[in-house]
Amino acid sequence: MSILITSETKFIIQGITGREAVNLTRENLDYGSKIVGGVTPGRSGRDVYGVPVYDCVRDVVEKHGAVEGSIVSVPPGFTRDAVFEAIENGVKTIVVVTENIPRKEVAQMVELANLRGARIIGPNCLGIISPDEAKMGGMGGPAANTRQAYKKGNIGVMSRSGGMTTEIASTLTAAGLGQSTCVSIGGDAIVGTTYAELMPLFEADPETEAIVIYSEPGGRMEAELAEWVKENDSRLPIVAFMAGRFMDEMQGMRFGHAGTIVEGKEDTTAEKIARMEASGISVAERIEEIPALIQKRLAEKGK
Amino acid sequence: MRFYEYESKALFERHRMPLNTRRTVSSASEAREAAAEIGCPVVVKSQVLSGGRMKAGAVKFAKTPDEAASYYDEILPIEVNGETARSILIETMSPIAQEYFVSVTWDGRRKAPVVLFSDMGGIDIEEVAEKHPEHVSKTHFSTIFPLTPRIAKEAIGKVGVSGRDLNRMTPIVFELMKIFLEYDLTLAEINPLARLEDGSFCVLDGHIDLEAEARGKHKKLLAELGIGEDETRQARPPTEFEIAGRKVNDVDHRGVAGNVVEFDGNLGLIIGAGGGSLTLFDAVRNHGGKPANYCEIGGNPSVSKACELTKLILSKPGVEKIAVMMNVVSNTRVDIVARGVVKGCIESGKDPAKVISIFRIPGAWEDEGFKILEKYGVEYCDRSVSMYDAAGRAVAKLGA
Amino acid sequence: MPGLFIDVQVDAAVAKDAAIAKKLEDACPVDIFEASDAGVTVVEANLDECTLCDLCIQAAPEGSVKVVKLYE
Repeated sequence: MSILITSETKFIIQGITGREAVNLTRENLDYGSKIVGGVTPGRSGRDVYGVPVYDCVRDVVEKHGAVEGSIVSVPPGFTRDAVFEAIENGVKTIVVVTENIPRKEVAQMVELANLRGARIIGPNCLGIISPDEAKMGGMGGPAANTRQAYKKGNIGVMSRSGGMTTEIASTLTAAGLGQSTCVSIGGDAIVGTTYAELMPLFEADPETEAIVIYSEPGGRMEAELAEWVKENDSRLPIVAFMAGRFMDEMQGMRFGHAGTIVEGKEDTTAEKIARMEASGISVAERIEEIPALIQKRLAEKGK
Repeated sequence: MRFYEYESKALFERHRMPLNTRRTVSSASEAREAAAEIGCPVVVKSQVLSGGRMKAGAVKFAKTPDEAASYYDEILPIEVNGETARSILIETMSPIAQEYFVSVTWDGRRKAPVVLFSDMGGIDIEEVAEKHPEHVSKTHFSTIFPLTPRIAKEAIGKVGVSGRDLNRMTPIVFELMKIFLEYDLTLAEINPLARLEDGSFCVLDGHIDLEAEARGKHKKLLAELGIGEDETRQARPPTEFEIAGRKVNDVDHRGVAGNVVEFDGNLGLIIGAGGGSLTLFDAVRNHGGKPANYCEIGGNPSVSKACELTKLILSKPGVEKIAVMMNVVSNTRVDIVARGVVKGCIESGKDPAKVISIFRIPGAWEDEGFKILEKYGVEYCDRSVSMYDAAGRAVAKLGA
Repeated sequence: MPGLFIDVQVDAAVAKDAAIAKKLEDACPVDIFEASDAGVTVVEANLDECTLCDLCIQAAPEGSVKVVKLYE
């Protein structure tokens, strides 16, 4: 088991003929993912590494039946439309790779997804991987490099940083700790799916026995996770790595109070660490400490 | 990106919000003229981006044009949180009966915009929210259904305002919500929104923050408001080095490389991605290293982009060596970055083997990348060397 | 300026074929090929941007396009 994707998940790539998407197509196919089609308006009839290209998502669905997932890799100005198109054609898991999308457009995508029972991962993310099964997105790069970094196992990984997802997985793998599913959730102010929103999925996955998260300054996502862990009496031990400690010393001009009233005061890294530790999350100072902390927490649980 | 008060008000005016007569001035004699023309008493306000103007003494009330002129000279040099006035705003002073607070912003947890309303405006709203929560309403609204005044009415009504005041404020709050969405703002705020003694309403002060990512979409508005394309409105103005970095990034849409922050150390950093940069910067500092810059490379930048960034960092006075480090990369490619960095060194007239202290980028296409580094004699390491230890090696080399 | 890391060689006969030229221009994600009625020209300034995707090799008759890594 794993969460979000398996080797059976049928998905498409929107913007498949772009420089990054061409890469993604090859890497995902090589890793064993089931890509049934690609979309680039005006380019139907072509193929990218054997994946047929269509003008719109509806054409893919008509030809290949229901599509479960999509990777959206189109320029920022076209992303909202591409995501709407995927949602309205019944796609349920949408990985948005594109970065620099204004918040309003992200909010619009999330709102429509919620109405239609779809889930967005990202934007500005590397996607999802269930090691040795399939991946949907750029996690790990080419298949050979991906196999080097990711191995099947029992640790769930969630990260606001795409790059650090692979660094963390690679460190776990080197220590003999495989992963169930790793999710790069994206680093923007509004993301489709947060740490706390993924927790119920990991909680319900019998294969996942512990969680590692990457944490950095800004936002309320760690606070939200800490709350969730406490409120739901989670069975999963969590280890967090905190980056960007230097930011505490160089805070810029602080503006506005409205955000504080809405989401609560933004934590410094020191405050984030304290908040996570108070809810039972172990915090590592360096990446290389993560495996030992995980093993210690698992041993405490008798695993 | 924050707007000055006079810019926020110019935007509000386009949307027919009720505002006082006002003029932005840039000399004491202009201040005198403006006060005479508008009619005293007037408010004389320093135009700064940060809050706390009143406390700093940068807002004054003048009874005569001469007084306005002398307040101009008094206020101009005052620093508000280290920031001096860009200009001075002279505005009618209105007799106020009550002050309200309206703000539209994003709720990252609900992933939706929210309008905040309070009938206790003018003072520290965080304190009001804490001590009198019943006087602050929070109302979320949709970003895809048509926006109608109903949410504005709800927001006002929730704190107990009714009657004529409710009906008069509804279009103002509604307009603020529309502006917020139309211009991709992250904050649209009126504080205070005043009910004057004659029962009419007036926007006394306002804040607008435009999302940096949306600047390109609103070029026309920014130009019309007189906001320059190179104004970042950050805590400090960008340095020449940082402006040059942004140019490197903007020239080519492939990937990100060039958003640099300047420091005064001797170790140039070519680091990435977002999280990796934070981690590596921490590591360099923990080892006692002195970074010359911060940067975030990601999204698989082109060879030319990585090359230009390298040249820029090497051209910075005081930079002795560069460290090229990232987390295990997935979409950014080791070989592409290696090509760009090596090319940048060569085009700067430097030997890559000497000037690159360490190259620690494992991951996608590392075999190809390592071949390039070997050919040019650059010291590199794979993932078995942690980011922390790689940073240590880079710092140690400078000491030697 | 030729590439520092990559060179691309197109077989002389194939380089004059306008139809193949168009296919090469279409296939390359980093614009290394420029097609005209007279055939294909290699854009030297873009050579180092080559992502080794092999799409040009697949688009042309077998063996007629070679991507050479100059660092090997």
